[in-house]
Parts: sequence; C-alpha cells; structure tokens
Amino acid sequence: MLSYILRRIGLALVITVLAVTTLFVIIHAIPGDPVSTMLGPRASEDMRAALEQRMGLDRPLPVQIALFFGNMLRGDLGTDVFSNRAVTEIVLGQIPYTLVLILASIAWSAVLGIALGCYSAVRRNSLGDRLTGILSVSVIAVPAFVVSLYSLLIFAVRLQWFPAIGAGDTGDILDQLHHLVLPSLAIGLSWVGYIARLVRASMLEVLGEGHIRTARAFGLPERRVILGYALRLAILPTVTVIGVGMGFLLSAAVFIEIVFSRPGLGSLVIDSIMQRNYPVVMGSVLFSTLIFVASTTLADIVNAILDPRIRSGK
Amino acid sequence: MSDTSLPKPRSEMGETMHHLLRDPLGLVGLVIVTLIVGSALLAPWIAPYDPIAMNIPDRLQGPSAAHLLGTDQIGRDTFSRVIWGGRVALQVALPTIGGAVAIGLILGMAAGYGPKWLDTLIVLFFDTLRSFPTVMFALAVVALVGPSLNTVILVIMATSIPTYGRVVRTLTQSLKEAEFITAERALGASTLRIMGVHLLPNVLGPLAVLAAMDIPTVVGLEAGLSFLGMGVRPPTPSWGSLLNDGYSLIRNTPWLIIAGGIPLILTTIGFTFLGEALRDVVDPKLRGKGGK
Repeated sequence: MLSYILRRIGLALVITVLAVTTLFVIIHAIPGDPVSTMLGPRASEDMRAALEQRMGLDRPLPVQIALFFGNMLRGDLGTDVFSNRAVTEIVLGQIPYTLVLILASIAWSAVLGIALGCYSAVRRNSLGDRLTGILSVSVIAVPAFVVSLYSLLIFAVRLQWFPAIGAGDTGDILDQLHHLVLPSLAIGLSWVGYIARLVRASMLEVLGEGHIRTARAFGLPERRVILGYALRLAILPTVTVIGVGMGFLLSAAVFIEIVFSRPGLGSLVIDSIMQRNYPVVMGSVLFSTLIFVASTTLADIVNAILDPRIRSGK
Repeated sequence: MSDTSLPKPRSEMGETMHHLLRDPLGLVGLVIVTLIVGSALLAPWIAPYDPIAMNIPDRLQGPSAAHLLGTDQIGRDTFSRVIWGGRVALQVALPTIGGAVAIGLILGMAAGYGPKWLDTLIVLFFDTLRSFPTVMFALAVVALVGPSLNTVILVIMATSIPTYGRVVRTLTQSLKEAEFITAERALGASTLRIMGVHLLPNVLGPLAVLAAMDIPTVVGLEAGLSFLGMGVRPPTPSWGSLLNDGYSLIRNTPWLIIAGGIPLILTTIGFTFLGEALRDVVDPKLRGKGGK
C-alpha cells in the first residue's frame, strides 16, 4: 500500500515538473513575449532590457527553468511588476474563495446526485428513474456559464431573490452563503446528473453482489441493506470522478467568478490579463495546475485505500 | 424459386441508422443536430439579415415579426447572429476535435502496440497535457498571443488529445492480444498493416462516439472564451459574444442572453442524445465513459 502511495506521489511530482517546464517552453516557443505584452508597442530598448532583467528573462532558457524551480520550492513565484507584492501572496489570497465555491458546488450536487442515483437504482425502470435519466443526460454538458447567466437573469435581476455580485461581507456567514447560492447552483447542476448516473450504475452492480443477498437473506430491513451496505460501496466511483473532475470545476469557476463578480483565481487571471500583468497570470495558472494534480493524485490514493484491486495495477 | 421470408441483411451503416431511429432520444438528438448543422451551413441563405449590419434606430428591441429574437445594442438582428454563430461554433469544434482525434489516434495506437518504454513515455505525455485545467491554460496562452480563434482551437486541441489517446491505447492493448491479430502476425503481416488494416477499423467506432459527445464541450469552451472576450473578435457573431453583449445589457434586455444560451443548450442536448444512442449501438461497453 505504502509503495503504491509513494509511487503515485512520485508520478505526480514528475508530472508537475513536466507541466511547469511545458508552460515555460510554450511561453518561449509561441510568438509574443511577456515583455512586449506588458510594456506595449512603444517601449524603448532600455525599458525592455530593464524589465527582462528584472523578470530574469535575459538568461538562457535552461537557467531560467532551473531558477524558477529553485524559487518555486522556496514558495517564490516572483513579484507582481505593478504592485511589487509577491505573486504567491496575491494568488494564495484568492484561492480560498475559489475553493469554497468549488466545495459548495460539489457538496450539494453530490448529496442530491447520490440520492437520485440511489432512488433510480432501487426503483429501476420506474417513471421516476426514466425522468431522472433523461434529465441527467440533458444537463450533464450544459456549460456552467450558461446556467449562471440564466440564473443571474431569473433569480438575481428579475426576481431579486439573490444578490447578483460579490461574495458577501467578510465575517457575515449568512450573507456569504446567500451570495454562494446562485454560483454554486451553476457549477453543481451538471454534476447532479453525472453523479446520479454514476451512482445508479454502480449501485445496480453492488445490489447484485453476494453480501447484499446475504444481508437480505438474514432478514435485514431493505432500508438498512440499501443505505448501510450497498450505498457505501456504490459511492466509491464518485470519489474518483470528483478528483479527476477538479480541472472542470476550476475551469467552470473561472466563468462563474466573472459572471457573479466574485473574487477568486478566475477573476484574478482575467484581471491580470487585462492589465497585462504577466507574472500573476503565470502564478495563477501554476497554482491551478498544482491543485488539479494534487486532487487527481489524492483521488487515486483514496480509491486505492478503498479498493484493493487497483493497487495491484489491474 | 421460393421466396424465403428472411429479411435482407442490412449494411452496417443501415443497421446503425435503424437502431438510432428506434431510440426516441437518439431520434431527438439526430433532429437537433441536423437542424444546427443545417442552419450553420445554410446561414447565408436562411439568415434574414446581415449579422454584422448595424441599424441604430432599431436597437435593443424585443422579439417581433421583423426580428424574431430582437436586436442588440447597435440594432443587429439577434436571430441572424445566432444562425451565423453556429458557423463559428462548428468552425472551432470540427478542426479541434478532428486534430485531437488524429493525434490521439496515432499516439494511442503507438502506445498500445509499441514497446513498453514508448508506452510509458506517451502516457506520461498524456498525463502532463491533462494536468492543465483547459480554461486556465487557454487564458495563459491568450494572455501572450492575444485573443484569436486559432489560439482557441490549438489550446483546446492540445488538452483534448489525452482523452482520445487513452481510449485508443486501451482498445489497442486489448485488441493486440485478440486471436485474429495473433494470426495475422503469424502470417507475417507488418506492424503497419496490422495497425492500419486491422486495429484502426476496430478503434474508429468508439472513437467516433467519444468525438460526438465531445462536440458540446468544445462548443461550450469556445463560447465561454468568447464570452470572456478571449476568443472570437467582434464583430464576428459567436454564441459566446452574444452572451457577453447580453451580460453587459442584462438590466436592459433579457433577450440577448436567452438567444445566446438556447443554441448552446440545444447543441449540448442534441449531440449528447445522439452520442448516447450511437454508443449503445456501437459499443455498449463504453457506457459511462462519456460526459465529464
């Protein structure tokens, strides 16, 4: 078990190193460079040279990559050229907002999705099951930002039930929750259907297994069999899917933060692009990549702990 | 000659269509997809107005007989922009998915059929590409080269390669051990022949299903990036830029948002239903692999 976990973490490190290097190489390979992007077309040669030196862009590529990794290990992702604040500090200040949004979205959609999936599996082929199936398929791929715009239009602008902008007053939990409803609805909606389908499929599989038949044969009440025994196994795939889905959640969060004018990684990236604040853009992309790699790794490890078949490498 | 009552065997294509038409959701999907693709192809003939022609006196109107979905802030006909927007959506989706499928196919088959070291290398490449959240990655590139359709296409293509590559690799690995491949090899068939003539046709079906189900995702991403102002440049009509206009005018008129969102929802439902139905016909084992 331990060796699997270590191997998986090792792989995650290799992937992180490769991903960061790829980002670096792409920046150098594609036309356009950060310095001209930030200074605009009318910059003098002196200004260019000064900024290049300040950002370390005047050194050879391998040296830059090595330096970057060295600095990264010390938690230093450079300084924001405009405000002179550390990029790490700026990005870390925004991450909690994005994580709260993502966690809230996945929490409500997992609860509802698992309940619907469970119901569909138990009442297989009933009208409710079919309706859940059709609804699930229909909402799975509707882009979150379309849902967010519609919900903004209906519930914030027309009905005025929920606030349209911001994340709520700091310190006022109720106000913050109130601000979280529409954004998390938008991100979570497609996940309800997805999780419901997943749980339904794995529940049907589990219900056919021996230990469930045994539990029934012992005369345990059906409720107890379903909720106490079958569901525990049937929600396992959901864990993996949420871990792997972190990339989708982060992507969706970018749009939702813009639509609802919430602070967070997405708003930070867009604002930084508008200001041509290159170091902050790179820092945000890097952090979101780290979050993504960490969550897929974690999902794999949790899954391996819960399901011994995976460890042996199938 | 006595006429036996055995039905005439249908061709594979006919068989697929037959199953598709019998599945109500598949039929709905087929109709929606035909409608979207058809209107995008016929846009110059069916759009009632020029999608970029301004008409200030008629600005911000609600739906009427003259303008089915109203007009935007400079009087452009929203319905015509929706129809032309479908062209942009397909112009992005088709090359993106085509490119990703082609590269994923080559790399996936090489990984699945080739030596172990090549497999390890390619899988590592897939995992690295997959580790970038697509939108963040796209934004980083756009920040450097500026917004353009080609940037959007290249970035989404790059991050989609692993999806196809991994499926092709798994399929190739399981086919490699199949008896008919072993027999071919024993008969002295070259690796290229085995891959091109025997593996490829068996991999294409499931791949087509995945590609169909991926179209809404790509269309949604293009719309999203255009919504953020990082994709299509104005005045080119795109569903995303319609939504962007609608967002900034949300307190003036609901119609731009409604008009920009509906084609995206229809595209999603159409291709997803069609993909699901196709999958049930092509390969029931792929159940649950689509979606996220």
